[in-house]
Amino acid sequence: MSPELKSKPKSLLAPGHRGCAGCCDAMAAKFTLMAAGEDCIVINPTGCLEVMTTPYPESAWEVPWIHSLFENTAAVASGIEAALKAKGTIGKTKIIAIGGDGSTLDIGIRSISGAFERGHDFTYVCIDNEAYMNTGVQRSGATPFDASTTTSPAGKVSFGNQRPKKNMPAIIAAHGSPYIATTSIAYPKDMIRKVKIANETVGPTYIHAHAPCTTGWGFDTSKTVEIGKLAVETALWPMFEMEDGEITKVRKIKNPKPVEDYLKMQRRFKHLFSMEGGEEEIKKIQAIADKNVVDFGL
Amino acid sequence: MTATHDVDMEKMVVVEGSYSVAHAVKVCRPNVISAYPITPQTHIVEDLSQFMADGEIPGCEYLNVESEFSAISALVGASAAGARTYSATTSQGLELMHEVLFNVSGMRLPVVMTVVNRAVSAPINIWNDHQDSISQRDTGWIQLYAEDTQEAADMTAQAFKIAEDKDVLMPAMVCMDGFILSHVYEPVVLLEQDLVDQYLPTFDPEFVLDPKNPMSFGAFADPSTYTEFRYLQEKAMGVALRKIEDAANEFNEIFGRYYGGLIEEYNTEDAEIIIMAMGSIIGTLKDVIDAHSSKGEKIGLVKVRSFRPFPKFEIKKALKDAKMVVVLDKNISIGLNEGALFTETKACLYNTHIDVPVAGYMIGHGGRDIPVSTIEKIIDEAKAAMKTGIDIESQFTDLREELL
Repeated sequence: MSPELKSKPKSLLAPGHRGCAGCCDAMAAKFTLMAAGEDCIVINPTGCLEVMTTPYPESAWEVPWIHSLFENTAAVASGIEAALKAKGTIGKTKIIAIGGDGSTLDIGIRSISGAFERGHDFTYVCIDNEAYMNTGVQRSGATPFDASTTTSPAGKVSFGNQRPKKNMPAIIAAHGSPYIATTSIAYPKDMIRKVKIANETVGPTYIHAHAPCTTGWGFDTSKTVEIGKLAVETALWPMFEMEDGEITKVRKIKNPKPVEDYLKMQRRFKHLFSMEGGEEEIKKIQAIADKNVVDFGL
Repeated sequence: MTATHDVDMEKMVVVEGSYSVAHAVKVCRPNVISAYPITPQTHIVEDLSQFMADGEIPGCEYLNVESEFSAISALVGASAAGARTYSATTSQGLELMHEVLFNVSGMRLPVVMTVVNRAVSAPINIWNDHQDSISQRDTGWIQLYAEDTQEAADMTAQAFKIAEDKDVLMPAMVCMDGFILSHVYEPVVLLEQDLVDQYLPTFDPEFVLDPKNPMSFGAFADPSTYTEFRYLQEKAMGVALRKIEDAANEFNEIFGRYYGGLIEEYNTEDAEIIIMAMGSIIGTLKDVIDAHSSKGEKIGLVKVRSFRPFPKFEIKKALKDAKMVVVLDKNISIGLNEGALFTETKACLYNTHIDVPVAGYMIGHGGRDIPVSTIEKIIDEAKAAMKTGIDIESQFTDLREELL
């Protein structure tokens, strides 16, 4: 082990879980725990991360962990925060919800809205792999434009998902969250730093981590990080931090790569390179990236 | 055993039913209350909010959540973190909680909730019946039904004691009839803090979310283990049968009030006809039965306090010598044309040597008044059925034929 690795914080997600090789969820959970340390409580909705880490009687979690349902994670977290407040131990123990994009952007948005509006002191980490992976790659509100999923498949008259990603950070910002950051599991240091800031900030904070899924997106299990980096380097996934509703930091990109570099490596966009009219569609996706460069000053 | 009350007139105050329940919750020293307003539960949560605003519930957090779904979900987290937890809801709110109710009991979290019973939509209706809580019958919650406002308050303390018992660890609903009990002003004894402290031990669960001793809550169970989780829940409900009796007896010793444990029997000894029911209708039934008793007629009453766990043994024992049983239900299983208490009473008499006709009446839907004359009509039909047998096994009561 190199001296550099030795100095890294201990992983509190034990090996031996049932995640796929190259699993983005395992990375996201591990980085989150590296930032949080041992004094935390994790709340996890139904999904891949929950299933792969806790087949009874096993658990990969070396911190207190609770799974209730798919759509109530933020409410459960707010109850834990209230209990710690009532006991007078709030402030020391970090309360961290970790949910996928489906449970965050779609089915769980009501309880997230409520918990952020009420101002509970907790951090919500969204692991965004852009579809319902645990149930077999169905479209979610986070599925990007033209991605082929099992419920938004490309076909003779369709290029796949016809809507852009829901802008969840903006929704959270509208709730007055003091700290919001987008990050990617392809940039562990960035993610750990941002989760730490979120944990240390009093109030409801939000981390939205882009997370390439080898199974759902269709790429080799060795390419998770590479694909994650390409999303950032093509400007399709802007990385920024917001404090009290204002963007305060942005990760600059020197020369954004063409979106084809990102798209061509994934099965979910394969149809764009074979179907008639695919080129036009790729131009539309390039326009999304170009707009990000302008909007976020990348 | 029949209900007994040591009535201390000097201690009695005239308050709204909701207030007596909110006060009972307060003196049970909850740590987290989480609720969403819905008629006719609102007065309970308003009173609790006022207690919070006045600093009268120390060591407690009150969450004004954005839905009933989150109200009960927040208590999943709070209870797992070691807090004594309370909520109140009714009707649509309870139905919205449905998915979480299974989760709470499956995770063995002793949440206590008042259900202010109300009809369910459609058609929308804010008045009382029992369709809301009866529809949650199989969610693994203890369900207790109160006859009057004093019992609803007293039952709240009993519910915490039963639910939090380490051999039970199952959530409990205290069901009280909407408006009829929640909004009525009656003289009651507000639960005394010192007596409640004597009665109800502090909540000190063995399994909590604690970074010093990390545990995983809510793991997934595959076919090789899932069955045993269900079995253990059922076993805990079996233990709860005894604990409900114990909680009622201990309450009687400390507070001097007793309403029965699992059931209350009223005039059942030598009774030819026994009426069964739950909730506030019991008061009306007792009055009617008293009038008949004074004429020498042998009519008795079984008030079912605990619908879950269902007291099969006690019910069989109470009914075994009756000549006719009549069950009143403020609910219906549509497609079966029966109310739940009727169906389950019949079921528990099957495979026994007890051979008594049982007739079911569905009554008081959506808050329709239940006058004494309706009860008299049912008794008349029961008397006839005793001689000639049952014509109609289960039926709606007081149907307005002109609307059909």
